[in-house]
Amino acid sequence: MAPLLEIKGLKTHFSTDDGILQAVDGVDISINRGETLCVVGESGCGKTVTAMSILKLIAMPPGRIAAGEIIFEGRDLVPLTSNQLDEIRAKEIGFIFQEPMTSLNPVLTIGEQIAESLRRHEAVTRKQALERTIDMLKLVQIPNAEGRVHHYPHQFSGGMRQRVMIAMALACKPKLVIADEPTTALDVTIQAQILDLLQDMKERFGMAVMLITHAMGVVAETAQRVVVMYAGKVVEEAPVDDLFSDPRHPYTQGLIRSIPRIDLDSEHKTRLEAIGGSVPILINPPVGCRFAPRCRFAMDICTRKEPLLREIAPGHRMACHLGDAS
Amino acid sequence: MSQYVLRRILIAIPSLLGISLVLFVVLALAPGDPFSELATNPNVPPEVALALRAKFGLDDPIYLRYLHWLSAMAHGDWGFSFVSRMNVDTLILQRLPATLYVIGSAQILALLVAIPVGVYAATKPYSLFDQIANTLAFVGFSLPTFFTGILFILIFSVTLDWLPFVYSTDIKGTGIRWVLEMIRQAIMPVMVLGLFQAASLTRFVRSAMLDVIRLDYVTTARAKGLGQVKVIVKHVMRNAMIPVVTLIALQMPAVFGGAIVTEQIFRIPGIGSLLISSILANDTPVVMAVTFVFACLVVLFNLIADVLYGWLDPRISLR
Repeated sequence: MAPLLEIKGLKTHFSTDDGILQAVDGVDISINRGETLCVVGESGCGKTVTAMSILKLIAMPPGRIAAGEIIFEGRDLVPLTSNQLDEIRAKEIGFIFQEPMTSLNPVLTIGEQIAESLRRHEAVTRKQALERTIDMLKLVQIPNAEGRVHHYPHQFSGGMRQRVMIAMALACKPKLVIADEPTTALDVTIQAQILDLLQDMKERFGMAVMLITHAMGVVAETAQRVVVMYAGKVVEEAPVDDLFSDPRHPYTQGLIRSIPRIDLDSEHKTRLEAIGGSVPILINPPVGCRFAPRCRFAMDICTRKEPLLREIAPGHRMACHLGDAS
Repeated sequence: MSQYVLRRILIAIPSLLGISLVLFVVLALAPGDPFSELATNPNVPPEVALALRAKFGLDDPIYLRYLHWLSAMAHGDWGFSFVSRMNVDTLILQRLPATLYVIGSAQILALLVAIPVGVYAATKPYSLFDQIANTLAFVGFSLPTFFTGILFILIFSVTLDWLPFVYSTDIKGTGIRWVLEMIRQAIMPVMVLGLFQAASLTRFVRSAMLDVIRLDYVTTARAKGLGQVKVIVKHVMRNAMIPVVTLIALQMPAVFGGAIVTEQIFRIPGIGSLLISSILANDTPVVMAVTFVFACLVVLFNLIADVLYGWLDPRISLR
């Protein structure tokens, strides 16, 4: 079966005063129906820009989709105008943003903000929209939904606001929900609740989830498949178990080694490993592998030739020259 | 809400008292008073002039005079204009409609120009439209009203002879003719004052819109597929108008100040030209009353700003 969403060779560039910033540079990602895909990578690796490019939510200009296809249910979204995309936004693809504190309009009630999405995409009266909004708030476990629906965002805590965001993203029952670091801004205890809620909602509505995160813990808990991004490119892609048991790309290995281990006894405990250096600036990036300057296995070829993404095991792809030698 | 307004009005009383005290002291310290004319008038014997001054209490200590003025004001007695030979309140009520008509229309014109232009410019920053609007706005608020006023008179009254340049309160004719004439003579002062206001307001609206347009919740609104117009009007404008409303209300004193100049240029018999002529004629009761009316208007507009603020922004609770 064809995947629900297939991103092929996506390049999203931003023009800046210093030149063209290649935030996303040839990314391939596909998501199947009903699956949870995690996109991981450190800040600035292009995962958010990739997600925002799908519905053209990046600022254009300065942003621009320079190349690539984004095929959703057999239809390429890249050539569509913003007006045409409005039919897909929220209705087919819902969005949950990172910052629940700033992602809700402070001057409108949360009920209005959820209901306007319903009224936009479905033929419902104001009263029906309100009823369905209250139902959604109940689903995301907001206590006293009938009363809270008329409250403003500042009257909610961070976790509650993120529940509101989830209710908003799911109101029109989209086939795909893109959650951009939905738990990063929350307390650890609340993070787990929100992830559980997302999982519940997924089981109830059967939608696919593209979860963007930099927390490997979140990945292990939720994902079926994982895409690892580095400096605007996909470096590794694998089913979640394979990725944790057999990470192939040195960057992925580094990411996994940087997770604190609680299961080891004190004798085996080692210092937490960090990946030295930082993400390269993506204006005129160097040829070759972008991770090479930080890679402990870097070879001659790494700075000369760009490694291509290739399949090394069923469903497991990575982009590194290391595999070539063996 | 009504309790809040009531309390704000009660709070306004001490500040108005303070303003009136300062105004009174400043006017008392200023040289000249309504009877200084008499001292130089050869037809009035000096002892009569002195007796008159004593009778009207002009030689009393300043605090007595202030208390006297205050109790008279409290009884609704605004004083008597020695120059116009009529009660000050009648005089002000005669002059106020012309001022409110011109300033009100100018302010409405300013809003009608500034909000659409500012909003549209902000949705397409650095576009040709934005750059033209910016340049015109810059020219607009660089040119003072006394300059543009005279320029307008020169072009539209003297050269083209389209519009009258002296504002008249007793227009002949009735009905629609009267209305048309009232509009015709107000065009130039309203344009001069309104476009001057619109210039700075446009830039303010634009920057307020730009501040909001890049916020996260605007992206959220876009992600709902609401469409550009709805996103801009419902999500961006609603938030951007909060600082704009404050600015407009706080600008009102400056608008009245600017109106004084405009009224002088176009000979509008409004409250501003009354103030100028009263100052020149040492007509202290009128000067005191007019400046006090200005002070009351400023306090009133501040109150309006606060109420609107609470209405526009639910995060501010008016308690």
